[in-house]
Amino acid sequence: MSTMTALARALAVEQGVAQPIATVRHVHISDRPLVFVPLALAGEANAPLAAMVGDDRSDPHLLVVAQPRNRDQRFAFAAELARIFVLYLELFFGAEETVPVGRGGEQRTRYADAPQLLVPNQGGIEFVALLGRSTRFRRAEGEWAVDPAVPVLGQWLSWLAGRAENPASSMLLAMTGALARHWASGQSAVEDQNLAALAGWIDPPEGMTGQQAAAAAEDPLTWPPAGPATDPTFDNEVLARLIENAARAEGDERAERRALRALTEALRGQIEPAWRLVWKSADLLRALPPGEHVARRWDDDKDAFSLYAAYLREGGAPQPRRDSAVTAARRLAWLERETVRYAAQRAHDDPLVMAEQRLAGEAFAGQVIAAEPGRVVGSGRGRKLRPLITVATTDPVAIEEGTRLVSPSRPGQNAVLVSAAPAGEGLTEAVLELSGGMGYGLIAPTGTIPEVGEQVCFATLADDWQPHGELPLPEDTPWTHGGPPVPYQPADEDVTEAWS
Amino acid sequence: MHTTEARLDRIRGFAPPRPHNARTIAALTSNPGCARRAIMDAAGVDKARVAAHAGFRAPFGQSQFAITRGNAFEAQVKADGCAELLRLLREQLHLPIPEVSYDDLEYFGGERRSHEARHARTRALLGRAAASGDDAGTMFDHPMLTLEVGGRRVYLEPDLIAFRLRDRFHVVEIKSFAVIDGQADGGKVAAAVIQSAVYVLALRQLMEATAAAPPDIVADEVILVCPENFSNRPVAALLDVRKELTVLQRQLARLERIEDLLDTLPADLTFDLEADEAGVPRRPPGELAEAIRVVPARYAPECLSSCEMCFFCRDEAQGETGALGRDVRDDLGCVEYVPTALALARGEAEPSPEQAEAAAVLRLACRLRSESLPGGEGPPPAAGRWPGEEALGEAV
Amino acid sequence: MTVTEMAAHAARAEQEVLAALDRLAGDDRAVVVDSPPGAGKTTLVVRAAVTIAAAGEPVMVVAQTNEQVDDLVCRIAEAAPSLAVGRLSAADYVTSPRVGLAGALVATGLDDLRSCAVTVATAAKWALTRDGSWPWAIVDEAYQMRSDMLLRIAGRFERALFVGDPGQLDPFSVVETQRWTGLTWDPMVSAVEVLLRNNPSVQVLRLPVSWRLPATAAPVVAEAFYPFGGFSSGTGPGERSLSLRTRGLGARALDECVELAASAGWALYELPPRQTVRTDAEAVAACAALAARLLQRGCEAASEVSPGAPVTASRIAIGTAHRDQARAVRKALAGAGAPEVVADTANRLQGREFDVTIVLHPLSGRRDATAFHLESGRLCVLTSRHRHACIVVARAGIPELLDAHPAVEPVHLNVPAKFPDGWAANQAIMAHLADHKVRAS
Repeated sequence: MSTMTALARALAVEQGVAQPIATVRHVHISDRPLVFVPLALAGEANAPLAAMVGDDRSDPHLLVVAQPRNRDQRFAFAAELARIFVLYLELFFGAEETVPVGRGGEQRTRYADAPQLLVPNQGGIEFVALLGRSTRFRRAEGEWAVDPAVPVLGQWLSWLAGRAENPASSMLLAMTGALARHWASGQSAVEDQNLAALAGWIDPPEGMTGQQAAAAAEDPLTWPPAGPATDPTFDNEVLARLIENAARAEGDERAERRALRALTEALRGQIEPAWRLVWKSADLLRALPPGEHVARRWDDDKDAFSLYAAYLREGGAPQPRRDSAVTAARRLAWLERETVRYAAQRAHDDPLVMAEQRLAGEAFAGQVIAAEPGRVVGSGRGRKLRPLITVATTDPVAIEEGTRLVSPSRPGQNAVLVSAAPAGEGLTEAVLELSGGMGYGLIAPTGTIPEVGEQVCFATLADDWQPHGELPLPEDTPWTHGGPPVPYQPADEDVTEAWS
Repeated sequence: MHTTEARLDRIRGFAPPRPHNARTIAALTSNPGCARRAIMDAAGVDKARVAAHAGFRAPFGQSQFAITRGNAFEAQVKADGCAELLRLLREQLHLPIPEVSYDDLEYFGGERRSHEARHARTRALLGRAAASGDDAGTMFDHPMLTLEVGGRRVYLEPDLIAFRLRDRFHVVEIKSFAVIDGQADGGKVAAAVIQSAVYVLALRQLMEATAAAPPDIVADEVILVCPENFSNRPVAALLDVRKELTVLQRQLARLERIEDLLDTLPADLTFDLEADEAGVPRRPPGELAEAIRVVPARYAPECLSSCEMCFFCRDEAQGETGALGRDVRDDLGCVEYVPTALALARGEAEPSPEQAEAAAVLRLACRLRSESLPGGEGPPPAAGRWPGEEALGEAV
Repeated sequence: MTVTEMAAHAARAEQEVLAALDRLAGDDRAVVVDSPPGAGKTTLVVRAAVTIAAAGEPVMVVAQTNEQVDDLVCRIAEAAPSLAVGRLSAADYVTSPRVGLAGALVATGLDDLRSCAVTVATAAKWALTRDGSWPWAIVDEAYQMRSDMLLRIAGRFERALFVGDPGQLDPFSVVETQRWTGLTWDPMVSAVEVLLRNNPSVQVLRLPVSWRLPATAAPVVAEAFYPFGGFSSGTGPGERSLSLRTRGLGARALDECVELAASAGWALYELPPRQTVRTDAEAVAACAALAARLLQRGCEAASEVSPGAPVTASRIAIGTAHRDQARAVRKALAGAGAPEVVADTANRLQGREFDVTIVLHPLSGRRDATAFHLESGRLCVLTSRHRHACIVVARAGIPELLDAHPAVEPVHLNVPAKFPDGWAANQAIMAHLADHKVRAS
């Protein structure tokens, strides 16, 4: 993420504390998130070992799987987790809000707020995706019945993991990633994946530098890993014995209880620090003022949540294992649009993010030194108002003539770079032709266009997207892409799929 | 004149050399520019012990749950003369396999054999199979191959070698990470592929040595066997290792030129731990650290997941922009030290001619940062806060 | 082979393509033609379009950029003046003069082009059409078109010819994800890759002759970037030559370098090793200085099509990896008094041709290689634009950088191994250039 962030890291090293790389918050942090800290057994694809989950930091639920390889116990874990999750979701089904649709005065409703799942790191997101995958195809009846809440949990988790691929969405957040978007530590991005180390840089304990806090965070005895992977030494020296004790105690009720308690407490010790860290990270982020577009992006999340909840209520099928050709292309277009919009919105909301654009010559800021607000082009009925302004800037302008630019303070207005010429003493004079956002007449109302003396900023990054054109219906998938996909039929093999 | 082997022995000290295996040979490609690693690996130094004694114990360890799972999965795949594997090859990979026999090269003649004996038998059996025009196939279990690495003979044990699948030998690698809906972790697959390439190389050399068949009788496609989704059922995939073979051959060739590197080092350099009769290292850690520092390293954060010396080298690299990441150093105009970069950014230091361009970018970045932050850049650097700042003064 | 024999060889290949198109029937719906640099791809596209249209079947031609569309429209109109050619355009397209001259019908909607035998448009514009169907489509630069674009337009045609250069830059996305890796319909890979993975029986033919690359370049480029489908130069040794009318004076290394390029077709202008910012002033200046020197010394080119003509500034190009480097080179060129020399990135130089090219090596001045800088397509484009000579400007240390490069790229299942490997291609080019090195003083 380039020179500005690199410079901030260098500053962090020198100052002994992480340096801001954002002046506002670019993610939504809910007032009532559900924090989820999972631990998985080493060596398996997705064998839950324990999880701490809850929406109240002082009252976590701790779920433990005494025999992680036992299928029944795994599904019991999933069922318990599902119950907690569904209870949390129901908090959001109560309140609705109305939103306008287009400009015709029509309205629609959606939920007034949406759930938010917070996990410690990227591994947590992958755990959510895998757990979703391993549970969403199960069924509540038949030979391999599971608790009816389990496949619902699976669909929700898979859906959330899908939203997490979109940088503009905040429904499922990895705290390491969220923190790293706002602070540069004095260590590498690789080391930033350790939540304790990153948090140690951002908010070191009294009397410690960021370096010292991060070094302490690397000791698994002081800071057990935030999961899902456990510390191998803990596995070998503590966990193995406790799991074996719990297995051997089967049959003897008292011994069983004792063994389970010992196992639970050991796992609690491993998870609790990460639990506290996730809440603390949310606090750190909440302390930043939100960027202007954060609410708008959260609205998109609310819309998506409302739509998916309706889909599930109507008995919607679980997500297929892999995307078909049309689904994949549609999703790619969506991700591209969201990625471009998110990058543009962050720059428009945050001068420190815009600074990176300015450094690269892709944006510039300066003062308006001349203006022709009444300039009109065309003739007769085709006459259009096209004001010109000249901006003097010391930024290096590397934009081609004819490029369209946008100003954060007037997002509805287009500016085309007419020319950018050096004017001595490191100054560049950029001439811009403006259109849009100035009413419909041939005179621009006051304030709609920049005036001489105004400080302005123009960037190539814009919050819009060119449509690519129509995608065919899935049943019309052409021969080039293998023809139409076989429609999903829930099969027995989904239900009997081993989770061993 | 000391031979290369003698010089490497001197560097390693009295401990026996760590035996190479496919994983460590594959690791030669993970940071080929690091002289420290090259010397230590060539000499067979126990990097974990050296790092620990120098005060920087490595963070690596393996959970017994993972080990148990891996062994169980491998046993399952190979059970009953590789019945599961054969089914996979026939059904999933559509390899036409005639009747196949099974040969265990670890136990023969009723007892467990030494490396040399196993290798001799492997050579004999594989050579014979290659030279014969027989249609039948064989699964060779626990074969023992060799490879010349840096002048030393290394014994290698692939999981399995399958023969006469489309008239070729295929290396089979059994790994216990999962393939979920046809996808697996890219890094783990990459590691498996390059390890398999080591075996392919060794097997081709065996064919050349026995002159039983041309080396390309060993396929450059290996068979990777992994658990499917969340179960213990295996799934197989064919992987092309041609690229990895090219990389490996080049790095092994470079290793042959280790003398060039040794020539730059003092003749009395040693990483010996001076262990007493009980095996406890007695060499003063500071002295050991000094010796290590004689050989330059090429630290990058990626070392943290691949080399036991990582904490030592990271500590040594403190203050270097490279410790923050290769891309970070790049973004700072390849200025090597953090205080230098900051001084140039603040305009406090005159850039040398080579630094002029980087300095211009850094100054601009610094100005833009100040302009964009509500309170300006932040507090000026406190004197003496940075360890070693005085020592780095001349670098500015 | 002589030029005449080469021409016959190439013509046979072209005939083979047309014959293969003729044979398409039933479920056999596509032909792919791999076209190495300068192999006459546009000629083939034009020939195929005209042949099919002349037989009475309407053809839709898909190109990737407006420039390419204009080019094709003009050449088709030129090749078959009696054919009605249409250009489907976006609303903001301004008809370029040559398209107007060619007599093509330009419109924003298909309704106005119903009478056209051949309709040409960008893939993006075709993707916006909702109806209309053609028995035939020709997709140009098909390896540079992303497969999701193909998905959007494939419903418009029955059968198609896909033509493109597999050695050049892959399609690109701002999104980084492994979600579709391994799927045969991965939307992020090229259209040809998806087509072939889903239709493995599709015939892949090859144009065997490069008319652009001289005999000194074709074997080098073919070996490095086209390991499975070589090609030959259309001209033999000595048929192309560069000469310098004046003698060198005073700029020893620059002169030695342009002289070497003129005689051998290649040169490496090596600057002292250093790690620098991307817009390495010394390297940028060297690129501009070399271009200026060529012009100053009255460089002339002789070839099979012309006995001797001066190499003008617009026939010299300087290629870079990054836009900021191209800008810096342009500035340096203006300062060196040679502003008409073309300077641009590999992306923008794709498809173009020059007499002499100068390349700012993507790895020059770097401490570490990244996947972007190693990408073989980029180096392939940069080293295959020239008809006579290519000069590479680089700081010393690239072979060492390549040797130190960690080979830790992820590997994915169900993805065919991609050749050439960027690392290997870079090694091959550097090995070749080592024999043509001039050290900057």
